Amino acid sequence: MTEPEAISNRPPTLQAEQALLSISGLSKRFGGLQAVNDLSFSVGEGEIVALIGPNGAGKTTAFALVSGFLTPDAGRVVFAGRDLRGRLPHQVNALGMARTFQIMRPFPRLTVVRNVMIATLGRHADPREAERRARAVLDEIGLGAKADLPAGGLTLAERKRLELARALGTEPRLLLLDEVMSGLTEAETERIVELVRTINRRGVAILLIEHVMRAVMSLAQRIVVLNYGERIAEGRPEAVANDPRVIEAYLGDEEVTRAPA
Amino acid sequence: MKWAMGLAVAVLLALPAVLSGYAVTIFVLIFFYAFLAQAWNIVGGYAGQLSAGHAAFVGIGGYTSALLFEKGVTPWIGMFAGGALAAVLGAVVGYLGFRFGLRGFYFVLLTVAFAEICRILASNVEAVGGAVGLYITFTGNPRQFQFQDQRAYYYIALVMMLLATGVAALIERRRFGIYLTAIREDETACQALGVDVLKYKLLAMVVSSFLAGMGGTFYAFQNFSLQPGAVFGIPLSVEIVIRPIIGGAGTLLGPILGSFILTPLGEVSRSYFGQSGLHGAHLIVYGVLLITVVLFMPQGAYPFLRRLFKRA
Repeated sequence: MTEPEAISNRPPTLQAEQALLSISGLSKRFGGLQAVNDLSFSVGEGEIVALIGPNGAGKTTAFALVSGFLTPDAGRVVFAGRDLRGRLPHQVNALGMARTFQIMRPFPRLTVVRNVMIATLGRHADPREAERRARAVLDEIGLGAKADLPAGGLTLAERKRLELARALGTEPRLLLLDEVMSGLTEAETERIVELVRTINRRGVAILLIEHVMRAVMSLAQRIVVLNYGERIAEGRPEAVANDPRVIEAYLGDEEVTRAPA
Repeated sequence: MKWAMGLAVAVLLALPAVLSGYAVTIFVLIFFYAFLAQAWNIVGGYAGQLSAGHAAFVGIGGYTSALLFEKGVTPWIGMFAGGALAAVLGAVVGYLGFRFGLRGFYFVLLTVAFAEICRILASNVEAVGGAVGLYITFTGNPRQFQFQDQRAYYYIALVMMLLATGVAALIERRRFGIYLTAIREDETACQALGVDVLKYKLLAMVVSSFLAGMGGTFYAFQNFSLQPGAVFGIPLSVEIVIRPIIGGAGTLLGPILGSFILTPLGEVSRSYFGQSGLHGAHLIVYGVLLITVVLFMPQGAYPFLRRLFKRA
């Protein structure tokens, strides 16, 4: 049923010594607000790392800096051995990093399969081949039945899947997921978690921003905690969950859910 | 669908045999404006970058081949020079707009400004005719793109319309066209998916302005004159833009349908209102049509009709 090449051409690898993504000293200021301050961490090949923190901690800004949508004031981003300084978002994507958006951005008037084709056309210029691969990805994600419907008519959970399918269509080595579980029911969350695990088993590294703690705990191999733009903790999920600084940072933040609604 | 279009083309090819001279000239206008509308459609319809200054490219193409003609260059070559120059300027305008993030309304303003600059320059530079414009000596020589019989212009304009539509059809089915439709929806999402948005928008602009520039030669040698106000002016840009919008921007047949609807309507109201001394009143007709389309069929007449027939 499943076709490995639909999602990633790379075989699963053990965590390598050389990090796939390496961020060092990343900083970004917007006027009076230091959104990200001297941030450093790395993601290894095939790893699942979660980036958590209260609202406004700088997580999405960090994503934008890493994927080329924002230029850092200071610091370096090295991905797959290449310094990403000065690269435009589409160039970063071509190198193998895909990102999803917190506020989903489907192409509403295009069909679902066309949405994914925009992704697959990047590496397969022939529209027929791109369509074939797009349909394969959609089948894998579970949206195959809706492939020829306009994307604007999808439900929330389906749009999340579409966002995921599009990112996968670009055949990434690293997937940046920005709050992909938000707004989902418990059952839907469980399905997405399983999907992310399946994608990871094919060798795609995952860096996810997430507030749904259940998902974070079950997926992440390592957690990086941000507050006010700075890293305040990093480590295995159990260690981070019990870290007093982390608990203090989250006190009073209603967004964090222990059990999804 | 394909055989219906083939039939339509066959009918159009046969029509001049039965049409009056006046009707032939109307059809020449229908085809010519449909050609320009289709050229605009590539950047304005498919890519969603609204240009309200496309007359600039028509004018540049026309002036180029007219001036070259004075130097003894046949318009059959001059049209490509005109198209090429228009394409270069299209790339410049496109780069200025797209590279610096001008979108939507601001890009419209940029294109209008560019067309106005061209008009003012042409009106004030004596070397290109100044405010009086350029006049083309009538020789009636087909080798110089001049024909005694209106029916020749009919067929040339028809071929131009079909060629432009062919270009749009080719683009539509390839990666280029598919990217454009997504760029129209959401540029940021496109960037995140690896699409070089700037490159494709520029390419659309270049193709569009090249075709419009080629149209300028037809305009010049069919009218035998070029006036800056007429060929660079807002009225021509409006004629170019309104046809795809009413017919259906971003569709293959929309610009053609739009021209078939608007051109006869425009000519009839021009002569009707013109007789009573109400010049420019045909624009009221345009306005009413535009409001109707925006209210009841915002995608345009062609998509509306297509959906109607699908339900039937």
